[in-house]
Amino acid sequence: MAKYNFQVNGSGVSVESWDPGQPLLYVLRNTLGLHGPKFGCGLAQCGACTVLMDGKAVRSCLTPVRQVAGHAITTLEGLGTPENPDPVQAAFIAEQAAQCGYCTNGMIMSCKSLLTQTPKPTLDQVKQGLAGNLCKCGTHTRILRAVMRAAGGQA
Amino acid sequence: MISRRDLLKTGGAIVVSFAFARRSAAQTAKPVDPKEVDSFLAFHADGTVTIYIGKVDVGTGLRIAVRQMAAEELDIPIEAVTLIEGDTALTPDQGSTGGSTGLTRGGVEVRLAAATARQALLKPVAGRREGDRLFLKVDPKAPLKDPSRYTVVGKPILRPDVPGKCTGRQAYVQDFSLEGMLHGRVIRPRAFGAKLLSVDESSIRSIPDVRVVREGSFLGVVAKDEWAAVRAARELKATWSERQGLPGNAGLERYLRESAIDHDEVVVERARNDPAAAMSSAAKRLSATYRWPNQSHGSIGPSCAVADVRDGGATVWSSSQGTHALRTNLAKVFALPLDKVRVVYLDGSGSYGSNGNDDVAADAVLLSKNVGQPVRVQWTRQDELGWDPKGPQQLLDLRAGIDADGRIVAWETEMWLPATKPGARPLLSPDAAGIPQDHGQSSGLLSQNGDPPYAASNVRVVAHYLKDTPLRPSNLRAPGKIANVFAVESFTDQLAAAAGIDPVAYRLRGLTDPRAIEVLKRATEMFGWGVKPPLAQGSLKVGHGVAYMRYKQAENYVAMAMEVAVDQVTGKILVRRVACAHDCGLVVNPDALRNQIEGCIVQTLSRTLHEEVKFDRSRVTSVDWVSYPILTFPEVPAIEIALINRPELPLVGAGEAASAPVAAAVANAVFDATGARLRTVPFTPERVKAAMAGA
Repeated sequence: MAKYNFQVNGSGVSVESWDPGQPLLYVLRNTLGLHGPKFGCGLAQCGACTVLMDGKAVRSCLTPVRQVAGHAITTLEGLGTPENPDPVQAAFIAEQAAQCGYCTNGMIMSCKSLLTQTPKPTLDQVKQGLAGNLCKCGTHTRILRAVMRAAGGQA
Repeated sequence: MISRRDLLKTGGAIVVSFAFARRSAAQTAKPVDPKEVDSFLAFHADGTVTIYIGKVDVGTGLRIAVRQMAAEELDIPIEAVTLIEGDTALTPDQGSTGGSTGLTRGGVEVRLAAATARQALLKPVAGRREGDRLFLKVDPKAPLKDPSRYTVVGKPILRPDVPGKCTGRQAYVQDFSLEGMLHGRVIRPRAFGAKLLSVDESSIRSIPDVRVVREGSFLGVVAKDEWAAVRAARELKATWSERQGLPGNAGLERYLRESAIDHDEVVVERARNDPAAAMSSAAKRLSATYRWPNQSHGSIGPSCAVADVRDGGATVWSSSQGTHALRTNLAKVFALPLDKVRVVYLDGSGSYGSNGNDDVAADAVLLSKNVGQPVRVQWTRQDELGWDPKGPQQLLDLRAGIDADGRIVAWETEMWLPATKPGARPLLSPDAAGIPQDHGQSSGLLSQNGDPPYAASNVRVVAHYLKDTPLRPSNLRAPGKIANVFAVESFTDQLAAAAGIDPVAYRLRGLTDPRAIEVLKRATEMFGWGVKPPLAQGSLKVGHGVAYMRYKQAENYVAMAMEVAVDQVTGKILVRRVACAHDCGLVVNPDALRNQIEGCIVQTLSRTLHEEVKFDRSRVTSVDWVSYPILTFPEVPAIEIALINRPELPLVGAGEAASAPVAAAVANAVFDATGARLRTVPFTPERVKAAMAGA
């Protein structure tokens, strides 16, 4: 089986896959035991599987493992822990910006990517920035508040 | 079971310390009888308490609220309380988590058990003793703490699961695995009810370690590697029979009107003197038809379950909202002794009722039973939107007469609904496999809130229950009530307009209950009702709308005002802001409650503006987020909520109520903006444009 070398949450990994087209999501969840990224649609339509590749949000459900070789992946687990959350995670916790929490991974990872590109977004920029991330519990208003809080602004 | 009681009173707080009684081998099963206190509570030597609750937290905040209720009643710190939810081997059956009963039944029963235990600690009580153990029956008369002394209930304590959810540490059923577990996928036919004719296993020969499982028309694959299972399910060649048993969503209204009726029910009949005379002598008579489509639960994570069938029994890990009922049904369907079937609850993606969770559990059991290893089944997006049982379509005809002052002198609601049939809802895989099972049908209390909550004479609500329903119906958040309130509150708005009276003034005139009046006043004051925005801004027309209801005509009072902007060119509706006043009696956790209310509003905006299950003669065709669109961030309004806390009153569930007035408030605001009445959900741009053209 082919081997693929890349970074995950700051450490080098070498994973085998029988199929170079295997999406990164399955490698992260099953080979590496990282359950932050979630399977939502497998169609890059919902954002639940979002991870950062070299700091930019990508949909891991449609990113083949062969494209990841040589790159640096960050998952939700790599940002922080319940005891020591990253500022975006801390903002989501402070705003209680989750209900079922299934989409939360995608919201936080997309927010990380957004704030890297636009550190002081307006509320409309956040709404546009998260337009491709779906939530069905209706936690949107809290998520917006959390992103604005993380950006140091007001929702 | 309480043993070796050791009660210390310290500064008014009770510190309890019990040895956790170990049962003999024959008694290893934990009690789950809801009559026994120790079915709900276990006191540990270190002063901590475990609460066992049959209800589950599906992202709703029950997990913190029940802890608050128990800690309050036991006078112990909330940090000392842990919670076990929904595990059928450990928790009493308190009914499924639905109908907003998580706290009203789940929490209240825990509170009563806690009050019984507290009473036992404070004074000797009657109970069966075995050695140093005391078996306590839940005492329905156990004195509850006076709400004026509450220090934990009513506080916005942070939910314990949120840090884990925000850092990737919360364990979902999708994340659960067992030693030797295989990944399963089920291949569904192209048409509902189609028969499996042939399978070409050579079509997946290149995929490693895959096994095909076939039982009747059930077709599945299992593999060690999940991606192998995904690819095998996609690539396995199979042929199915043709079948065209559905009416198609385009012909749905005709189908409903012409369908055989199982029975009629007079749901409401009040203040009836001479309805025919009242209607014929009314100053104005109005009528309108309202349509609500089939809707999917639309869980962001498709349903998933893990099953381990072995030694004549089964353990299933599931995020079903009804683990106890699922256990009973799985035992029956798969002919397993009930005491050898256990369903363990794990968090899942929000389900908002009965989504595919019970079906996927049956998929996993069937596959595990066939291959003799634990199997995890993860539905695809297409499985979930195509095959979850649906929130059913609703059709309502309303007729009313008003007198010269606009007062309602006659009101008739006719509604067409799926009949309730006894037994469990049929599960997909057993049906495909030809395993005999119940073919029950239920989708919640669909007929409530079909009458006006205002002073009215000659009111009659009749439900026609249909023999057949095209798509398998199930409970979807606030079952029936959203469509019914949409109809009643849109129609009320129309009556107000016909009477030439402001919609808020018209409603207030018909209300006498002070709690109803308060929510309506609070919501509209907060909103700034009567302060009109510029009515036109470029291609946008702006309007205000209001809706009020009392949930199930017996529970929460909710009023809501909205501002919408309607684009006359595109027909798009943008809801700009929402003000909602909400009275659910006692508030246990105000922040978790706000989260639920916000969720009800935004989710129902999604259902109102976008969601409709499309189907042809054979199958559901809206099977991804392009063909079944939901609300996205750019459409999210500003939401203001006023909670009216009434600690002296019993609590009522709040997971659904604020959903009910949403569609009506949008429609009424669109009328205010454009003069067009929207009576068919979802309010797509095409429908909005058509309504505006006819206005």
